[in-house]
Amino acid sequence: MAKRQVMFTFPRKLIKEPVIYQLSRKFEVVTNIRRADVSEDRGWVVLELEGDDKEIDAGINWVKETGVRVDPVVGDIVEG
Amino acid sequence: MSFATGLRCRKCGQEYSLQPIRVCDFCLSPVEVIYDYKAMAGELSHQKVSAGPSTMWRYRDLLPVKGEGEIDIGTGFTPLVKADNLGRELGLGQLYIKNDCLNPTYSFKDRAVSVAVTKAHEFGFDTVACASTGNLAASVAAHAAKANMKAYVFVPANVEPGKLVGVAIYRPNLVTVDGSYDDVNRLCAGVSQSYNWGFININLRPYYAEGSKTLGFEVAEQLGWRSPDCVVAPAASGLLFTRIWKGLQELSTLKLIGPVNTHMYLTQASGSSPIVHAFDVGSLHIHPVTPKTIVTSIAIGNPADGYYALMVARQSGGGASSATDEEAIEGMKLLAQTEGIFAEAAGGVVIAGLKKLAASGAIKRDQLTVAFITGAGPRTQEIVADVVQSYRVQPTLESFNEVLGLKV
Repeated sequence: MAKRQVMFTFPRKLIKEPVIYQLSRKFEVVTNIRRADVSEDRGWVVLELEGDDKEIDAGINWVKETGVRVDPVVGDIVEG
Repeated sequence: MSFATGLRCRKCGQEYSLQPIRVCDFCLSPVEVIYDYKAMAGELSHQKVSAGPSTMWRYRDLLPVKGEGEIDIGTGFTPLVKADNLGRELGLGQLYIKNDCLNPTYSFKDRAVSVAVTKAHEFGFDTVACASTGNLAASVAAHAAKANMKAYVFVPANVEPGKLVGVAIYRPNLVTVDGSYDDVNRLCAGVSQSYNWGFININLRPYYAEGSKTLGFEVAEQLGWRSPDCVVAPAASGLLFTRIWKGLQELSTLKLIGPVNTHMYLTQASGSSPIVHAFDVGSLHIHPVTPKTIVTSIAIGNPADGYYALMVARQSGGGASSATDEEAIEGMKLLAQTEGIFAEAAGGVVIAGLKKLAASGAIKRDQLTVAFITGAGPRTQEIVADVVQSYRVQPTLESFNEVLGLKV
């Protein structure tokens, strides 16, 4: 079982969508929220995903397709 | 000796021993090194620092390293020059340039990497790694060569090969990744969890961060042990900006300088300016963006320390300013043509930001202002290739006089 620490950033149109709930229903991925800040026009959630690497990858791809931005929790790693 | 006592989460305060970790286990926020400042104060004095080497390692007591086995390629104590010509152009009477182009691999990254690779050595890693398109890669490769360690450098495949010469010369293992920047980010996050390596800006990041404090220390010492009235510095991940501030604060805590009343101004390229945007709209959230700028050395869309950089700008009574690519290039030219310093485009962003801050009156003529130039121009000189405009003459005095319109 692998763990992946990520940040989801929600645009306004997706604030009311239960994306994280659906992620855990559609894929074999345990979602564990550690920090979050959601307001009426935008929101972010820092969470740990646990599961098979392939399931996590597929789940993340699905989340991106919904329009949510997914970033590593450590921020961008590629520097100038 | 080391006065570092551990690591502490910047968000929830959870403490850890000094070890290679990337984020707090509980809230997944960045961790930072904490020190015993009381013990440190008993050891440090102006005289002791001044008697040290003419490198960043004169501040060894303020860094989280043990013993004297630092991996040093001669970094730091770079010039702080009074910029009277540029000051006249901008209407600033006390302007200084901290010229960090003059580090061994031509950027401030040497400061951070020197500490990170020293810690990697202490922790027993035999390999260090990073993901970078330029300055960081060169610095990591150079320090690994000096430390006799293996280095892996990850690069997106679309980076121009010419940019990598200054990296490959140190003979790291260069890994070009077929994919976007996001793909490289994701791969490196995975690699750092799968291999027992010292990943410079992941599991060594708390130590990497501390090296940048020496920029703040040096400026204060070079000004005769005082903090500037205003600082203008570039922000990519935001780490450097926060550490200049931390450096000044630490000197004040140790009573090596007086209270810090410095206004901290950060600058970003317009095409990658999530921190400036958050400052402008009064938000505490840094909304990630996809960078679109030629200023690649500071093009970070999801800045790891963006929130903390934002807080420093706000709490110090400073601000944030962005510059377009065109303004950055004009800034590069202005700095070169007034002060003789050929900076990379990030330096152009700093000068363009400084110009706006001076014009708007945010920075006043009599305020002692330090602009931080953190990387040299030659690595990406093609972006100003249009400056080459020569007089074409035949190899005769007659032709020379004719073309230049001069008379003997």
